[in-house]
Amino acid sequence: MRVKLEPRVASSQWMRYGGPVMALAATVIVGAILFAALGKNPANGIYAFFIAPVTTLPGVADLLVKATPLVICAIGLSIGFRGNVWNIGAEGQLIVGAVCGGAMALAFYPDDGWYVLSFMVLAGMAGGMAWAAIPAFLRSRFNVNEILTSLMLTYVAIELWKYMITGPLLDPGGSSFPQSREFPPGTLFGVIFESARTSVLFAVAVILAGWLFMTRALQGFKVDVVGQAIQAAHYAGFSQRRVVWLSFLVAGGAAGLAGLIEITGPIKQLPLKFTPGYGFVAIIVAFVGRLHPVGMTIAALLMALMFLGGDELQFELNLPPAIAGMFQGLLLFFVLASEVLIRFRIRVIRSARRTAPEASQAGAGE
Amino acid sequence: MNEDQIVQLLILMLKGASPLIFAALGELIVEKSGVLNLGVEGMMLMGAVAGFIGASEYGFVVGIFFAMAAGVLMSLLFGVLTLSLVSNQVATGLALTIFGIGLSAFVGIPFESTKLESTIGVIEIPLLADIPLLGPLLFKHDPLLYLSIVLLALVSWFLYRTRGGLILRAVGESHDAAHALGYSVIKIRYIAVAFGGAMAGLGGAYLSLVLTPGWEQDMTAQRGWIALALVVFATWRPMRVLVGAWLFGGLTILNLWAQSQGIGLPQQLLTALPFLATIVVLVLISRDAAMIRLNAPASLGKPFHPTS
Repeated sequence: MRVKLEPRVASSQWMRYGGPVMALAATVIVGAILFAALGKNPANGIYAFFIAPVTTLPGVADLLVKATPLVICAIGLSIGFRGNVWNIGAEGQLIVGAVCGGAMALAFYPDDGWYVLSFMVLAGMAGGMAWAAIPAFLRSRFNVNEILTSLMLTYVAIELWKYMITGPLLDPGGSSFPQSREFPPGTLFGVIFESARTSVLFAVAVILAGWLFMTRALQGFKVDVVGQAIQAAHYAGFSQRRVVWLSFLVAGGAAGLAGLIEITGPIKQLPLKFTPGYGFVAIIVAFVGRLHPVGMTIAALLMALMFLGGDELQFELNLPPAIAGMFQGLLLFFVLASEVLIRFRIRVIRSARRTAPEASQAGAGE
Repeated sequence: MNEDQIVQLLILMLKGASPLIFAALGELIVEKSGVLNLGVEGMMLMGAVAGFIGASEYGFVVGIFFAMAAGVLMSLLFGVLTLSLVSNQVATGLALTIFGIGLSAFVGIPFESTKLESTIGVIEIPLLADIPLLGPLLFKHDPLLYLSIVLLALVSWFLYRTRGGLILRAVGESHDAAHALGYSVIKIRYIAVAFGGAMAGLGGAYLSLVLTPGWEQDMTAQRGWIALALVVFATWRPMRVLVGAWLFGGLTILNLWAQSQGIGLPQQLLTALPFLATIVVLVLISRDAAMIRLNAPASLGKPFHPTS
């Protein structure tokens, strides 16, 4: 007896939507096993991780605060991933965006008119784009693999951040603790409820824009063709170089915006550390959401929940917050594994000799 | 700076290069078989933590075995997803790294800031170790460092002088042609991926058992990613991995030295230097498109599903 994967003639619609649900269920089950292995009550662990964080209104607000940068980054990245452009440096672009946006607020200090926040948003996006332009340039001009360059630039960005908050942007009034001074109140997004701020509207706008671009715009179609059939793209005259630039600039701008939103919320300054790896987790969001705006929105909420769950576990069961990353990676594994069921069906062959012709006929009828 | 100090710095450079040699050699074999595994960082971390746990409980030999086993298990997870279930290699590799960072932090909690009872010790090659300067530099090292050099020679010999190496390269160049010739592409790739996992595990173990020694979260400090860059730098040739690893090992040591000397550069710039250097090196290598095309495995990163 052996197990065999057979290509489906048409991809399964049921699996397209059922797959991620099964993946989430599998993640919860593995999580329960892990808690049991640690000698903790699995039900308590799962409750603390997946449910407890959103049982209160402040919890729901925190969920939105954490999901906002994730979904903005993920939608920016997904355009590249559709076009086979692998920008994995959104974390660095997010950091540079926050530096530039924050520097704008500090440059106008103590002025906090409405225009300052607009300048900050523009500076944040421009900063992210500029940082993303480096790997785009190296890829299109020198053919350098963008995976490695965009990632290496993230670690350069982290050092740039440290330099800025210990040097040029250090709080002039405070002690020498490495952080900037607090932004004036007018430069922050307005509060909706609890910690949720009007910056959530940016997430809604980006989701809509992403959906329009991917499903309605010609350029979005060109990206898909370049990603899925590069030769067809060449025949049609779609430029791969243009897709590389577009992917990086959009992703960089989105990541920069996400970074700016993060510092103009509850943080309201440039602190020593402000991102729990949003730019990296956004990659998971993009794939768990299957590169579709609606899917990515759900995935971003789920990943935000896991960040909160990680904090909750630290508080309740004294486990390290890094456990959130473990669950996030696990969920992505299961989603990637479930993806095979969209394109293939699993067939168990009892005796290989007699059933072979039968099997191929059945497969063709699918 | 006297001769002794220079020798000490060079020894540190050799030690710093060893984890990179292990991890990059493993990834080189994986990529030669046509698979791109971006999970090196995650596998190294799992190797580091498993190696440390094994060594604290049962001694160094078991620790090294644990590290390799952890790397292999992680790589097989990657293998099942990308080879059997035909998932996207880039996404799966990234997931492996993120998962490895989390899992290693998790299982390593009880062992953080604990110490090993002994050090791994050095093997002195008789007579040769007594040569002034060259002796301590070349013939007075820990066993794992010797192992990294031996494995380097073995991998080079295997790839270019054996039938197995030829088959591996054929699978990486054109999986369809290799499949048509009757080779089991998936099986060969599984073996390559598992070898990559074992080597990344060894690289991690070198960090937690020899170089640091100890376990802390994220202790690989992006060495897994530098190893990936080294494979490109080496244009997929084992011997050039050695040159690259020494360069990066040297850069790290130079960094430490510059900081201790109080050179007028900001510390952040010095810390960013290895990453900037990686980018510069990648540009220098990649701008010659013909050389990359000639040396990179043609099927690298492309999924394969046998239709019959």
